[in-house]
Amino acid sequence: MKKYVCEPCGYIYDPAEGDPDSGIAPGTAFDDIPDSWVCPVCGVGKDDFTELD
Amino acid sequence: MKARKLKEGVYWVGAIDWQVRNFHGYSTPKGTTYNAYLIIDEKITLIDSVKYTHTEEMLSRISDVINPAKIDVIISNHVEPDHSGAISAIVELNPSVEVYACAAGVKGLQEHYFENWNFKSVKSGETISLGKRSLHFVTTPMVHWPDNMMTYMPEEKILFSNDAFGQHLGSWGLLDDEEPLDIIMHEAKKYYANIVLPYGKQVQKAMEVIPSIAIDMICTSHGIIWKNHIPVILEAYRKWSNNETEKKVVIAWDSMWNTTEKMAYAIYEAFELKGYRVVMRNLQVNHESDVMTDIIDAEYVCVGSPTLNHEMMTNVIGFLTYMRGLKPKNRKAFVFGSYGWSGQSVEGIETFMKDAGFDVKGMYKQKFKISQQELDTIKNDILDKI
Repeated sequence: MKKYVCEPCGYIYDPAEGDPDSGIAPGTAFDDIPDSWVCPVCGVGKDDFTELD
Repeated sequence: MKARKLKEGVYWVGAIDWQVRNFHGYSTPKGTTYNAYLIIDEKITLIDSVKYTHTEEMLSRISDVINPAKIDVIISNHVEPDHSGAISAIVELNPSVEVYACAAGVKGLQEHYFENWNFKSVKSGETISLGKRSLHFVTTPMVHWPDNMMTYMPEEKILFSNDAFGQHLGSWGLLDDEEPLDIIMHEAKKYYANIVLPYGKQVQKAMEVIPSIAIDMICTSHGIIWKNHIPVILEAYRKWSNNETEKKVVIAWDSMWNTTEKMAYAIYEAFELKGYRVVMRNLQVNHESDVMTDIIDAEYVCVGSPTLNHEMMTNVIGFLTYMRGLKPKNRKAFVFGSYGWSGQSVEGIETFMKDAGFDVKGMYKQKFKISQQELDTIKNDILDKI
């Protein structure tokens, strides 16, 4: 599963870790995260993330 | 010191920093202001504060209207210490004062001041009543920190925009018709280029709310307040945040024995022949924050350095590091430089430019000195590519 980076703040979403503090279980692919989720570091939405090479 | 009345019951009570010339690396030849606003209603409210160095000035201006101990509510739109630095002075005078911020704002204030003030965490879209007036909060993450929000007061049609639309301009004039508009716009452009540029997409999101609300005044956290030229600054922000550029090239370089500078001028000639506006910036004598201002509407950025001890010159690598962090988008580049034996500088520049997102159209390296014929080769190659 691909990692995604938050363009404004640099946070990296790693599907292996998920974002348990926001209710995203480890193993959740980025595409399967609800659209209401925001970056846990800076608060921007999913559409500000880009796929990490 | 005196407060400045903006509307009935609404005052500017900030501070003018006439002396600051270096704002964490950003050159501020005209100084700046830290804008705080006082609202006299059933709940006495302070919107943002000032840098801690100017606490006394803020308290003195508030005292021109009301005893600062009577402030009931503080709105913190941004945690950065130039806006939150004097909140603690109000809390000392009135420990029960309510401090409103978004969740990231509350967390950030705790991480800055290690205090558990009477925080009220607000969400985007929430409204509070001050009595006759109300305040509506819109979070604007990353314009310019995660904790940023804007506060709108519908009854007075005032948007407290914090860093957005601001300028580092320390002046007697406070409204946009009290200083020359071209100076204000230059400083707004410089502020955008050096502070807001990485967050263009977030700026556009923040600006989506603006057409739906009536605005008489945009009260920024730095510089003048927008009142008579609101469409001018909104259009500029639309253009800058879209990374719209003009037929313009910025050529930035440093040189040791003049070869890299000659290459810079060969590039100049090529762009001149194609009808571009050319801006020449020798990095030995131009501040990187001024060069960023030039770049904000430039289609091309050309960067050159000779190789010195296997490296670029420090003025150039400093500038490139700064520019890479600010991430200008949708721009093209040429890179160039001279060398004596090893010649790593030019590839180094190319790597930086690509990392910063530039489309590098050409690279020119020259051993020791350069002949007229070799300069013409560079010129003609660029003429073919632009």
